Amino acid sequence: MHHIQHIPLLNSIWFLLVGILLTGYAILDGFDFGVGILHLFVKKDEDRRILLNSIGPVWDGNEVWLVTGGGALFAAFPDAYATVFSGFYNAFMLLLVALIFRAVAIEFRSKESSTLWRKSWDIAFSTGSFLAALLIGVAMGNITRGIHLDAQGDYIGNFLDLLNPYSLLLGITVVALFAMHGSIFLVLKTEGELQSTIKGWVPRLIALFLILFLSFNAATFFECPDLVTTMIKRPYGFAVLALDIAAAISIGLMVKRGYEFGAFLMSALTMVLLMAVLGISYFPNIVVSMPDPANSLTIVNAASSHKTLGYMFIIACIGVPIVLAYTVSIYWIFRGKTRLGHVGY
Amino acid sequence: MSVEILSRIQFALTVSFHFLYPPMTIGLGMLLVIMEGLYLKTKNPLFHQLAHFWTKIFGLIFAIGVATGIVMEFEFGTNWAAYSRFVGDIFGSALAAEGIFAFFLESGFLALLLFGWDKVGPKTHFFATCMVCLGSHFSAIWILIANSWMQTPAGFHLERITGAIHTRLPNSYIVQASDLGHVRAVVDNFWAMIGNPSSLNRICHVVFGAWLVGAFLVMSICAWYLLKGRFTTFARTSMTVAACFAAFTTVLQSISADSTARGVVRTQPIKLASMEGIYETHDYTPMTLFGYVDTKNQTVHGPQIPALLSFLCFHNFKQPVQGLLSMPSDEFLAARNPGLSPEELAKIRPNYWPVVGAVFQTYHLMICIGSAVFGLSFLALTLLWRGWLFKTENPLIRFLLWIYVFAVIAPQICMQAGWFTAEMGRQPWIVYNMLKTSDGLSRAVQANQVVFSIILFALIYILLFVTFIYLLNSKIQHGPDDDEGHHTKAIGASSDASEIAEDLFSRKGRASHQE
Repeated sequence: MHHIQHIPLLNSIWFLLVGILLTGYAILDGFDFGVGILHLFVKKDEDRRILLNSIGPVWDGNEVWLVTGGGALFAAFPDAYATVFSGFYNAFMLLLVALIFRAVAIEFRSKESSTLWRKSWDIAFSTGSFLAALLIGVAMGNITRGIHLDAQGDYIGNFLDLLNPYSLLLGITVVALFAMHGSIFLVLKTEGELQSTIKGWVPRLIALFLILFLSFNAATFFECPDLVTTMIKRPYGFAVLALDIAAAISIGLMVKRGYEFGAFLMSALTMVLLMAVLGISYFPNIVVSMPDPANSLTIVNAASSHKTLGYMFIIACIGVPIVLAYTVSIYWIFRGKTRLGHVGY
Repeated sequence: MSVEILSRIQFALTVSFHFLYPPMTIGLGMLLVIMEGLYLKTKNPLFHQLAHFWTKIFGLIFAIGVATGIVMEFEFGTNWAAYSRFVGDIFGSALAAEGIFAFFLESGFLALLLFGWDKVGPKTHFFATCMVCLGSHFSAIWILIANSWMQTPAGFHLERITGAIHTRLPNSYIVQASDLGHVRAVVDNFWAMIGNPSSLNRICHVVFGAWLVGAFLVMSICAWYLLKGRFTTFARTSMTVAACFAAFTTVLQSISADSTARGVVRTQPIKLASMEGIYETHDYTPMTLFGYVDTKNQTVHGPQIPALLSFLCFHNFKQPVQGLLSMPSDEFLAARNPGLSPEELAKIRPNYWPVVGAVFQTYHLMICIGSAVFGLSFLALTLLWRGWLFKTENPLIRFLLWIYVFAVIAPQICMQAGWFTAEMGRQPWIVYNMLKTSDGLSRAVQANQVVFSIILFALIYILLFVTFIYLLNSKIQHGPDDDEGHHTKAIGASSDASEIAEDLFSRKGRASHQE
């Protein structure tokens, strides 16, 4: 399947749509995870409640991007869905546990006043967020690098194979990315002393992310020669990569000048461009097989029928604008600084 | 234990636990719409207090529903990869549509429902409540469409994939284990897939069941308040709304139950025969009220009503309900087991039945408890009508209110038992008469991995359930807030709230008299 003559347009559209959903997920739930990762570094109970309430109205809707991304992958590329989810079984079970604890910790934490209760759920919230970010990064790392597939497209490695240094590096990079993204989000949502504490973290988190991000790009150069070959054939990919690095650096500059909202947008743009680079160097594969590239799943051999892709495209055309319209409205309604009131966590 | 059994246990565990919560939010969502709608219409602050309190309960339940629901979205891929490859073209689209049309809607507007009381006006808030309720219904509808397609597949054909060549297979094609990975179901007609023969019946049956779950949850908490003499105005009003809604739903559910049973006998006769333990085919087929199936001697023990099953299935006392001994047909068996003699085919026939004893019991559990739910709904309505329901000084009424306190689990048992009947009754198929459950597994997953995840989920779900009950209880103990501005007014303005409740009820009564 290495030399595909003809890729139907709908398959490419769905490659793009699944990418958009997963990128949307990273941007939106990314700051929720970031808030979670930073949660334990905030000490006062009142401040922790502000952190929880800053994402309180939206985290749930943000998680839906993952559910819908998973559903879209299932509908458009069922073989990729089946391969990845069964192949990464243990990792996904841990991800589910992390997401469950993250979700219920937000809901449960402030419902009792005992210190032990709150501390336990604080730890659950923070660990869950950290673990989820790490696992998402490790999974993406393995997809980027390629996993060992048999002729039927099933994964034939084990859990430890997934924990290779390259994928772990991306895991930690994603943790740093989300922590940075979340810290900028919190600067937007908080005020006073809490805000100045978090403001102090932002440059350090940006620096940490930049170091990891550049190391990850360097590692990719050595670890994924096929991706590099594809990129050389599609040189505009390097332009996107350069833009991505520029966007990441601009986050720091914007924060320095006090353009926090701009910095948040740049942080989101960094993720968009990061996914774009991956998409450009990956297309038309959807799960690369390594060391047998012939077994790779592509957007042609792993796809649903043309009819289903067409129906789903219509559904997306109807549904997505409506979703975006009310999501934007809800974010608009909950704009501004988070203050503790009689409703909330 | 085999990966198949373990994966089935895991799916049953995770889906059953998840399925405790969405029915509550679907039912409670309807009641929230009614309560908030009444507030907008009457401007009576009491209804605002109702909506506010039940929204808090709703939020708690919803959170656990979301947390446990995401497991389901992943589990098809993790544990049932071969199934996912086989049906992704159809089943995957229903799940994706559920995400786009249902999950975004409910979770987006949930923010306004829970946190938007002071941020938006009452009309916008009511709109958000309606959207959350609609979203949770859409979610039920899409997942039931997907599941119904597994029960009664329609609007598709099979195709074989060899390299880049896709060959359409004839309708009579029988899927072999060796076909997996090369043969799949592909959609022909999207609307026929959505409107497959069991979709509508099963959507109605589950949604009405969920409404009853919500109504009984409210009635249970209110009955307890009444017994303890706390928040009586609030409890009377909530209970009035919930009891009327329960009785109304009961009527709908009776119609739906009838239609569902007649649907099952048409589309999945083996399931229906297993539900009643019918082995031989006789005119005037009786219905067993309760009892057990002696699978060895292929008989049922227990009190029976003659001809009732025939009547329920066909609206005709005489027409026989086909027994298991003639199903599946010899042709069906011979096609799947070529070269066997009729005697040998008869011997392997039971391999194509579900576990009859278990399906019989879960079905009868649903029927027995369901009848009690119907009875309690009408009893509550009657007592309300007569003005006796809130006479808490009467020992008989007190006893009855205690029954309502505990009756909260009754519709939940029905939902679970009904779901087990539907799913176990489909066995040994994962896609009815097409793909065996044992062929749907993930090849990449080993038994020890599934054992690990079962233990993990079991421990987490025990923790979640205990915490949920603890927090629900503390919310109930705390009761509705009356310390906020408009609520203080609410209590003050509605000193005669029992009259409001009666007024509300009698207005409904008058309306029905006028009809």
